[in-house]
This record gives sequence, C-alpha cells and structure tokens, in this order.
Amino acid sequence: MQRSRWRTLGWALVFLGPSAVPLVLFTAVPMVSSAWVSLHEWNLISDMRWVGLDNYRSLLTDPATREVFWHTLLFVAGYLPLVYVGGLGLAVALNRRMPANAFFRAAYFLPVVTSWVVVALVWQWLLNPSDGLVNHLLGAVGLGQPGWWTDPTWALPSVILASAWKDLGFVMVILLAGLQSIPGDVLEAADVDGAGGWRRFWHVTLPLLSPSTFFVVVISLINGFQVFDQVFVMTGGGPAGSSQVVVGRIYDLTFRYGRAGEASALSWLLFAVILAITAVQIRGQKRWVHHA
Amino acid sequence: MKNNRRRLTAVAVAGIASLALGACSQGSATSKDDDSSDGQTTITYMEFSSNGGHEQDLAAIVDAFEADHPDVKVKVETTPYDSYFTKLQTALAGGTAGDTFELNYENFVTYAENGSLAELGSFDEAAYKPSLLDAFARDGSQYALPESFSDVVLFYNKELFDKAGVETPTSDWTWDEEAAAAKKLTDKGAGVWGDYQPVQFFEFYKALAQSGGSFFNEDQTEATFDSPEGVEAAQWLVGKPGKTMPTEADGAGTPDFDTNLFKDGKLAMWHSGIWMFAGLADAPFDWDIAVEPGNTQKASAMFANGVAVNAASDNKDAAEEWLSYLTSSKAMADTRLTTSWELPPVADESLLAPYLEQDKPANRAAVMESLESVALPPVIARQAEMQDAITKELGEAAAGRKSVEDALADAKKAVDALLG
Repeated sequence: MQRSRWRTLGWALVFLGPSAVPLVLFTAVPMVSSAWVSLHEWNLISDMRWVGLDNYRSLLTDPATREVFWHTLLFVAGYLPLVYVGGLGLAVALNRRMPANAFFRAAYFLPVVTSWVVVALVWQWLLNPSDGLVNHLLGAVGLGQPGWWTDPTWALPSVILASAWKDLGFVMVILLAGLQSIPGDVLEAADVDGAGGWRRFWHVTLPLLSPSTFFVVVISLINGFQVFDQVFVMTGGGPAGSSQVVVGRIYDLTFRYGRAGEASALSWLLFAVILAITAVQIRGQKRWVHHA
Repeated sequence: MKNNRRRLTAVAVAGIASLALGACSQGSATSKDDDSSDGQTTITYMEFSSNGGHEQDLAAIVDAFEADHPDVKVKVETTPYDSYFTKLQTALAGGTAGDTFELNYENFVTYAENGSLAELGSFDEAAYKPSLLDAFARDGSQYALPESFSDVVLFYNKELFDKAGVETPTSDWTWDEEAAAAKKLTDKGAGVWGDYQPVQFFEFYKALAQSGGSFFNEDQTEATFDSPEGVEAAQWLVGKPGKTMPTEADGAGTPDFDTNLFKDGKLAMWHSGIWMFAGLADAPFDWDIAVEPGNTQKASAMFANGVAVNAASDNKDAAEEWLSYLTSSKAMADTRLTTSWELPPVADESLLAPYLEQDKPANRAAVMESLESVALPPVIARQAEMQDAITKELGEAAAGRKSVEDALADAKKAVDALLG
C-alpha cells in the first residue's frame, strides 16, 4: 500500500518534470530574485546595496512612472476595443459555410504567429509618413496625412493599430470556437420566437459567447499591459518619450541606465496592477458571464 | 460550471505570473573561448566604431597585430553603436564581456566608476596626444587608451549652392549666414532642404557652447543650461524643422535618413561627423566641408573613443599589448588615415599629413581648424539618462508640445536629479 503510493508519486514527478523544472527555473526563481533585487540599489556590475523600500518610494514619486503607466493605459484603452470588435466581426463573418473558409481563417491567423519584429517593420513601412501606403491612400481621398510613428501625437495610435491587426486572428479563433459551441436549437428557438438577426445576435449569441469573451478580455488586458516588442521596434518609445510604456521603461532602467533595482520594483508594481485588474474582472464576471 | 470558472481563474493567474515577470529576463549571446593549450592566447575585442563601412580596416589592423604577435589572437565582436552600450553592460553583468572593449568619452566615466575597467600600466605615454590621454584618466590612473578622435563639420552640396546662387560656407560663417542660406536653398516643392541638424543632446551642448553658455555650474552640482544662452541654443535647433529642415513627421531622426537625403542630393547643408567622408566618396555631385558656424563664438564638437581592458579579464597583459598596438602602432595610423576613418590619437601631428592631402572633401584643413575651439560633451556618471532627458525635452519643444523655456526648465529638473 505504502509502496505503491510512493511509486505513484514517483511517476507523477516524472511526468511533472518537463513542465515543473522550467517553471521553477525560469519563472519562480526569477520572480523571487527580482523581488530581492527590487530591495537593492544595483547597476548589474557593482555589488548590490540594500535600500529597503526606497526603490518603490522613488518610483511612486517619479513623474516618468506616471507617464509610462498613462501611456500603457491609453494603449490598452485603444487596443482592447479594436481587437475585440475586429476579432468578433471576423469570427462572425467566417462562422458560416463559404468557399475558401479555411484559407481565410488561416490568413487572418498568420500575423499571430509572425514575429513582432517582422510585423513592426511592415507597419513602419505602411505608416511611413512620407512614402507609406496608408498616407498615399489618405492623400488620394483628400484626407490629412499624419506623421504616424514619427509624430508624438500619433506614435501611440500607430502602435495600437499594428497591435490590433496582429492579434486580431487570435481573438477570432477563440471567438470562432465559442460561436461554434453555441447550440443550434437555442438560435432556432430565438428564430421561432420572432427575434430578427440583430436581436438574436445581441440577446442570444453574445450572452452565450460571454465565456469566450471573458477569456479574450482577460488575456488581452494582460498582454496589453505588458506591451513592449512593438513599441521597441516601431518607435523605441519616442518621439520625445510619447509612446514609452511600462515594460519599455523597465528595459531602459535595467539595460541602459543600470538601475536594475528600480526596474525590478517597477516590474512588481506592474504585476500588482495586472493582478488587481484581473481579480476585479474575475469577481465581476459573475454578473455578465453566462456559462451554458 | 464551477469547474469552468476555477479553470479560468487558474489560467488568468498563471498567465499574469508567467508573463509579468518573464518580461525582464534576457540572456546574453556573447561567448568567450579561451584556449591557451597550444600556447596561444585569444583576446576578444568588443567594439562599435568599425560598423558601417570600416570593418575591413579594423581587420587589417588585427592582421598586422597578429603577424607581429604570433602568440596572441584577436577576436573582434562588432555591434552597431545604437545597441552597443546595452550589449556591453549586459555582457559585463553576465560575465561574458570581452577582454577588451571600446568606450566613447561620454560613457567612460560610467564604466570607470562602476569598476569594470582595469588600470593600465605598460603603454607608451609619449605616443599619444596628451589631451586625449587625459580624457581617459581618472584620479591619476589610466583606465583606457585613446583610440581615435573625430569632429563635426558642416557638409555642403556645392551644386545646390551654385544652382541657388548662394555663396558657399566659409569658416567665418555664423548662425545668421547659415540661416539665411538655408532659407534660400530650401525648395519644398522639389523636396530640397536647406539644412539638417539633429535636435538632440549632442547638438544642444555644442550650440550652447557656441552661444557662450555653460551646461553645468563650475563644481558640476547644478545644471545651468536653462540660461538665456541655453534658450537661444535650443531655439536655434528647434526653429529649423519644418522651415529649412525636414520634420520628424517627414522621417527626420530615423536611421540613415539624413545620410540618404544628402546622398540623394536633396540636402544643401548637413551637420555631421568626419567619419562620413568614406561613405560619401562616391556621391555623384560635388561636395565639401567647412568649420561649423558659431553664434557668439566658435565651438566644434569633438568625439573621442577609447579602449579599455576588462577588469575581469584573465589575460590582462596580452590585452593591454593589443590595445597599445590598436591605439599607437604605425599600421593603425596608416590604416586610419588612408581610409578616412576617425583620426589616430597620435602625439605627432605631422603624421596626419597624408590625411590632409587627400581629396573629397577638398577642404580637409577644416577638420583640423575645428579642433582649435573644441567643446567636449558634458559627462556625468548617469550619462545615458542625462542624454535621453535632454533629447526628450528638445523633442517636446520641436513638436510644439512645450515652449522652449518650459522644456529646458523640465530638462534642468531632470538633470539636477541625476547629479544628486
């Protein structure tokens, strides 16, 4: 009896190992050590000096911290609606029998698996202020031609646009799966009851899609708050710091300014913010997420 | 149903945990191999200044060194300037930095202060220009050897000047002449711009010196660039984009934008460094250089690069031998002069003669003339942050989001905080 239990445990460890070892090495250990670093002053090279909570205190009073959180918030506020509404539109459009259905689904998913560096370079070119495709088109129809990622006012919107485009396919796939799990008889019943297309979508489809919506919103918010690659490649946080985001600041603090302690503290602040927002969402979901 | 929710919660929490903190882990890709089994020592050398056209020239110096020192091999690792210091810092932190590495004058203090540089002792002091040797000493000890120096001059496209009927720049020019010429030379319809001077830290400290202002007070405890001279300097830089110079919205500030504009024959005057000579050799039009125009006084930017031995190197002697060769050998001086690279830091200025005799640009004397009134960049331990703060605030003013006065006041606040 006793022996077989040990044996079960042994086998469990064997099977857990491949995921548990990397998780401990590359997630748990860095988390604990970053908490430790965040209590020190450290330039990566000299010895660490204990400063207690000073890093957190100075971050909270630093105007740069406020600025990068504000930019990140603006990014999320622009990105989330775009990516959700866009993904939903695609999912609904592709959730019916039509020729080349699989092709379109694959095509819209392609950017999701493409490297950010490639996507950012493509968008940098599309949104090139002087000879990009977008400004050519805007000019052709007589609209204004913004400076996009080279103009402080338009830099963040440029990044938002590229990000929403890239992640559209991911949202589409999740929502498509959600749409397909909605029982046909419920929709039929709505038809019989005389609900038109819009009402059926609004009062039956959307509520039944809410678990997928919840998942998409939670994941997109987490990703949104950690936005970095696209900013780094497209604008480098500029011009004049107008598109610098929290993780970009963490990168600068660590690798350009040699302030690893403050960078770690900022990572933990970001963690706290994301945790709080996600906790609120999980609590709030009771009110609007309907599990079939 | 309950199960479903719990799973979502788990996914969400795991998601944040792994993503939030995964963001700050990064590996270094540099490798270091030491094999002294066959009596050979391998020295690694990290650098940026050969990037973009002089890689072969550096390789020639390495070959000459290795022929001279059969027991030492040099492995060069070149990184573009834009990412060089990020890479160097990460490599030093991870213990994977080379035995020797390049530093510029602005970043030297940062690295000397954090203890990553070994003290040097066996070089030939007399070989170097004293002022350059001094620039890389700290508290009476030599922590790096000067490797090269360069300055910034005014490049101009002669054809555009002739076409517009404007007299070409001379060393007597001031900002007024430059501004007047730029205005006449700008032809937005044809996509031709009169002037290009980046709106950033390096141009600002120089324009400030040209206006007779100072960046810091004497004991470097407070920034003083928010003075009337500072405002004048910032106004000079910020006033160009959109009028005689392309704006950021036109692409200014993006990599190689100005170089390509000049090469395309669409830029009349260009503030840039003499390291550009080689790259412009095959431009299909006539161009030349002049000493940069001053305001109330002349001041030209000088840049100096140095090379240092890693304090953690196992081969310090061989490393210093390589650096001595790299900075004072005849092979190095010849290579630098004939390829129009940055200038060698030699004490004997007559050695520079072959450089001055070359054509394109014809007025190479301006390179030396500029050295007569030099403004070195202000340097503090938190250099990168200071440069970023100045460039950021100037950008705000250039974009019209702040007045020049407010931008400089905010920059002063930021820089003062870095001094503390």
